[in-house]
Amino acid sequence: MQSLSNRSKQVSQKEMTFMESIYLPAIIGGLMITIRHFFAKKITIRYPEIKKLFSKNWRGVHVLKKDEQGRERCTACGLCALSCPAEAITMEAAERKKGEENLYREEKYAARYEINMLRCIFCGLCEEACPKEAIFLTNEELAPSRMDRGELIFGKDKLVEKQHDPDNKKRGGGPLEERLFHSKENSSYKSTFEGISNS
Amino acid sequence: MDIYFILGKLILIVIIFAISLLTAMYSTYGERKIAGFFQDRLGPDRAGPWGILQPLADGGKLFFKEEILPVNANMALFIAGPSLSMLTACMSTAIIPWGTYLDIFGTKFVLQVADVNIGLLYIFGVVSLGVYGVMIGGWASNNKYSLLGAVRAASQNISYELAMGLSVIALIMLNGSLSLAEISRNQGESLFGLSGLNWNIFYQPLGFLIFIVCAFAECNRTPFDLPECETELVGGYHTEYSSMKLGFYLFAEYINMFVSSAFMAVLYFGGYNYPGINFVEANLGHNAAVIIGLAALFAKILFFIFFFMWVRWTVPRFRYDQLMKLGWQILIPLAIFNILLTGVGIMLFDN
Ligand code: SF4
Ligand code: SF4
Repeated sequence: MQSLSNRSKQVSQKEMTFMESIYLPAIIGGLMITIRHFFAKKITIRYPEIKKLFSKNWRGVHVLKKDEQGRERCTACGLCALSCPAEAITMEAAERKKGEENLYREEKYAARYEINMLRCIFCGLCEEACPKEAIFLTNEELAPSRMDRGELIFGKDKLVEKQHDPDNKKRGGGPLEERLFHSKENSSYKSTFEGISNS
Repeated sequence: MDIYFILGKLILIVIIFAISLLTAMYSTYGERKIAGFFQDRLGPDRAGPWGILQPLADGGKLFFKEEILPVNANMALFIAGPSLSMLTACMSTAIIPWGTYLDIFGTKFVLQVADVNIGLLYIFGVVSLGVYGVMIGGWASNNKYSLLGAVRAASQNISYELAMGLSVIALIMLNGSLSLAEISRNQGESLFGLSGLNWNIFYQPLGFLIFIVCAFAECNRTPFDLPECETELVGGYHTEYSSMKLGFYLFAEYINMFVSSAFMAVLYFGGYNYPGINFVEANLGHNAAVIIGLAALFAKILFFIFFFMWVRWTVPRFRYDQLMKLGWQILIPLAIFNILLTGVGIMLFDN
């Protein structure tokens, strides 16, 4: 059979020569290989201080977007909840009152909007279903881990985008690079990362 | 025997005891850190700066673990096992010469707990006691895996002790003494015009090779860690042990590693001698020379501990029949041949 990796070797059952059977040259050779690794660059990413750069279309924690004037885009149509295969989304609709035009873009809005992070499978179907471009999955935060189930039901307080930034579709603001490498040890990691992505 | 003599010895014993425990403790940290580095990782680095508090965390964890005593185990022996392991591991440091003597206000302070004139025999006596700890622990657990591990450990230790003893005989022939202080002193003479470089390794390379292979086997370190081979024996002789009793077994292993590194340094690598010892003694005084010698001895010991770990992450484990074949059919004949060679050498060059 043809080898796929071009690295296959024929097994040979030859008697070992004298030099081979005293093992020492092989052991010394092995020691040289391992000591090279001892001094080699470490690929460990020291996690909480340095976060790994996610790919552009990574599906992380959700965000509810606001529009250019800082108004919530969601109109509580329920399409995201309908499309969600894990049934993780629940919401309660409410009518926009007079004087709330600067808060909500549509006449109907979500008074309560909850995503159960324990149910969510981060498939991104809610993002695709939304007709108002209101919900997105960010590529910055992983689904968090908590000690309490209740804390993992994310309400509007956690989901709605904090600052308003018309250029940036994702949560937060500022160029992505800056937000990812906020540790003082970032430079070494950065080059490691570039090394990986180049190879 | 005056009171100062006893007091001095007591202080020395406490210091050496503390140092060997500390070294063993930090060997566990070193093992994990070095393992990490060999695998392109960083190793533990969360407990304290660079993870240097890791041994405390590990030790604390072991203390607070539940102590499980198997119902059908033989209680007295079950407890005696790890205690014996620990005891014998600590005993052998007593005869290591850490230096000649320190001159403190005119009083000679010898840096060796006991200069026994049969030092080498003492080591072999104590080291072979160590196997009882493993054997008793394995047998008392009343578990077939423990028993198999213990039997393996016992037969392995006995097999390799022979070759080790034979390799050391050539060394004794060369030095004409069993005392470690004497052997260290002999290595302080000059070679190639450098004082303190008359190391036995230059006369006994083959003997050293046999000795180091046997030391690996005696310490149950990879590639000879068959007594605790996980793939075949669960955990080997300490399968049933938990909490600090397990800790004692593991700790004894690290102390053994420290002790055998120390003996390799003392027997073959000049002990406390270092090149240019006479020059330092003449220029900086006796005490400075001794203290630098102590540092040199420690550097050698640490290097050998590192070497133990280095080999661990390089050479895979032997099969049991290969282990026995290596011990009985290769190392023992080789050691006897080495004795012969040394005898011929002494005949030719000493006349
Ligand atoms: S990502 Fe998928 S599972 Fe999670 S809320 Fe959206 S649709 Fe539901
Ligand atoms: S997030 Fe989008 S799909 Fe979901 S209710 Fe709001 S507008 Fe509708």
